[in-house]
Amino acid sequence: MSARPIAFTDVRLVDPASGYDGPGALLVRDGLIAEVIQGAAPSGISEDFQRIEGRGAMLAPGLVDLRVKSGEPGAETKETLKSAALAAAAGGVTSMVVQPDTHPTIDEASVVDFILRRSRDIGLVHVYPAGAATKGCDGERMAEIGLMRDAGCVYVTDVDRPIVDSKVMRRVLSYASSFGVLVAHRPADPWLSAGAAATEGEFASRMGLPASPAIAERIMLDRDLALVELTGARLLVDQVTTAGALESLARAKVKGLPVTATTSINHLSFNELDIGDYRTFCKLDPPLRCEDDRQATIEALACGLIDIVVSAHAPAPAEDKRLPYAEAAPGAVGLQTLLPALLALHHDGGLPLIDLMRRVTFAPAQALGLAAGRLAKGAPADLVLCDLNAPVVIDLDALVSKSRNSPFDARRLQGEVRMTLVDGRVVFGG
Amino acid sequence: MSQPPSGLNEVLERTFPFPRRHFLSVLDLNEVEAANLLDLADAFVGLSRQTSKKLDLLKGRTLMNLFFENSTRTQSSFELAGKRLGADVVNMSPRSSSISKGETLIDTAVTLNAMQPDLLVVRHSASGAASLLSQKVSCSVINAGDGQHEHPTQALLDALSIRRAFGRIAGLSIAICGDVMHSRVARSNVAFLQMLGASVRIVGPPTLIPAQADRWGVEIHHDLRQGVKDCDVVMMLRLQLERMDGVLAPSAREYFRFYGLDREKLAFAAPHAKVMHPGPMNRGVEIDSDVADDLSVSLIQDQVEMGVAARMAVLTSLAARLDNDR
Repeated sequence: MSARPIAFTDVRLVDPASGYDGPGALLVRDGLIAEVIQGAAPSGISEDFQRIEGRGAMLAPGLVDLRVKSGEPGAETKETLKSAALAAAAGGVTSMVVQPDTHPTIDEASVVDFILRRSRDIGLVHVYPAGAATKGCDGERMAEIGLMRDAGCVYVTDVDRPIVDSKVMRRVLSYASSFGVLVAHRPADPWLSAGAAATEGEFASRMGLPASPAIAERIMLDRDLALVELTGARLLVDQVTTAGALESLARAKVKGLPVTATTSINHLSFNELDIGDYRTFCKLDPPLRCEDDRQATIEALACGLIDIVVSAHAPAPAEDKRLPYAEAAPGAVGLQTLLPALLALHHDGGLPLIDLMRRVTFAPAQALGLAAGRLAKGAPADLVLCDLNAPVVIDLDALVSKSRNSPFDARRLQGEVRMTLVDGRVVFGG
Repeated sequence: MSQPPSGLNEVLERTFPFPRRHFLSVLDLNEVEAANLLDLADAFVGLSRQTSKKLDLLKGRTLMNLFFENSTRTQSSFELAGKRLGADVVNMSPRSSSISKGETLIDTAVTLNAMQPDLLVVRHSASGAASLLSQKVSCSVINAGDGQHEHPTQALLDALSIRRAFGRIAGLSIAICGDVMHSRVARSNVAFLQMLGASVRIVGPPTLIPAQADRWGVEIHHDLRQGVKDCDVVMMLRLQLERMDGVLAPSAREYFRFYGLDREKLAFAAPHAKVMHPGPMNRGVEIDSDVADDLSVSLIQDQVEMGVAARMAVLTSLAARLDNDR
């Protein structure tokens, strides 16, 4: 459809790419950003434009979420590409990367193509498939990384399953880098974390939960960083959540290794004590950590050691969560809560808004080489208009995901998405 | 009906009402409730020793035993406790019946709950299972062991055995030895005995001591002789062979050599020290028969007897005064 051009006026423009955070206006035409006007409100915007009064709300690039699980194909009872896209639109997420651990696994070009076609038909937000690094995410046989890249996959990963065999990991890194494909890897020592439902420590001991030590994350990260040094390949570290691993990451960055790191909004927002009386909505993978680790993660986010924040959206229906803790499925939905939860670090934690927004817009877009994530003339008009100060109480029944396993249940946050645009089209609000 | 044992009515008068619906964790109790439960249990001991053992405190109530894990002594102990108090008792073992085929824990519990039991006694291999059930059913839930988390009635019966042997618990030095890592008995006992004023140590190889257990306010020892030194009570734990994932101890014989309680190691404890074990024992692994069977030091038989009395106290507290038109 040929959408009417839109003019946002009286907004607070937050553009991490240019570093501008201030009043302004923004014009959208033909799916692109036609003009960014910083400072005083312009006079004489043409009558053709549909005018949207921001009343001081934030207008920022739409969020780019690098780690989203949808149940499609294979587990559509958990989430479909459509329900995930609706949740994304409602949360101000305009681009999402879906994970390949589906049934069948996204480990060949035809499945990549399926995801892209389905998403085009749905037509809400941009959906980019990640491909499996190994066939069936088995950690043994390399997947067709080159063919998947040509079909449109944006990075390769085995998702929650670490590639145990260092030889396989080395080959994946060097092979993928020759195609310019980024490799994402979850740092977790598989033996120390086998069967774990919590992080080792006083809390898990008292609750009698099978636990893995926090150091399991650092052990695997250290190996991965050494392999990056060996191969020169780029690595996307998938969710750093412990102080120990952050030390290793800091050393690698000082050395100039080509690593980019993410963490999840959950690990910035909760610690292991939130598990309380075996609340399975707080069962995550990686498991929630101690408060010292959470503080270290926030600190790393503030100083830029962690580049990107992901929602780690992982839908699990009630039947997978209403089980004894150790037997319950891990994961939490997060597309719709990512932005308000991140804003809590600004409202309560005092982190600069523009720095936080960078971690969910420009930084992830840059890591994948996407044109999204910036407020620049000619860039795609993927935008979120958010009332920063509006109070919201997270209500599970109001989530549009098919699964409603959110640990933010009943949390009081600040920041309400008023409108989401993708390629200049309003996909939420308005 | 039998005569209530002397003192029971006095304790019942004094201690009611019990303010909780479920009995899930010793941490839910305060000191007064703990002392009341012990007094009540103590008053029930005499009943089991009479020829005629039946009271009607729980007449008309239904007690359901739901044991997802095999158990001989805990299940029969609850069964006897219920019957001696006049309740109707049903034993369900989902493992051997068709009830749980493909059903989740909650489905099973909701099904059984629809049969309107008043008391549901649950044992399950997952930590937190009893607490989960208590949120989904309308009757009282009693935790008879949830994974590696808690076994609160065991702590109650152990405390009762100790109190009867020593006349007090406050000020005693108690060593809990062996596989603490996998033991719900140890977790409940550490918390409960500390609440009652004992000083607790835990003893075992580092592979069987939980992470950061030092924050429980206990002394940790890796040498059994040092660990039991001058202790009043030595509580041995079962080496849960069926639960050992891999090899947390190299062999039974090496374990016995360093962590099995025999006369020689027991000699390091106080001269009047008593030995306890929650059972079932692995003789020659964590405890020598010579020690286990010596009635002058072993409280192991008393523990079993106190088990019935302790459970009667819990059942009475939860259900004796249920409102009839609830």
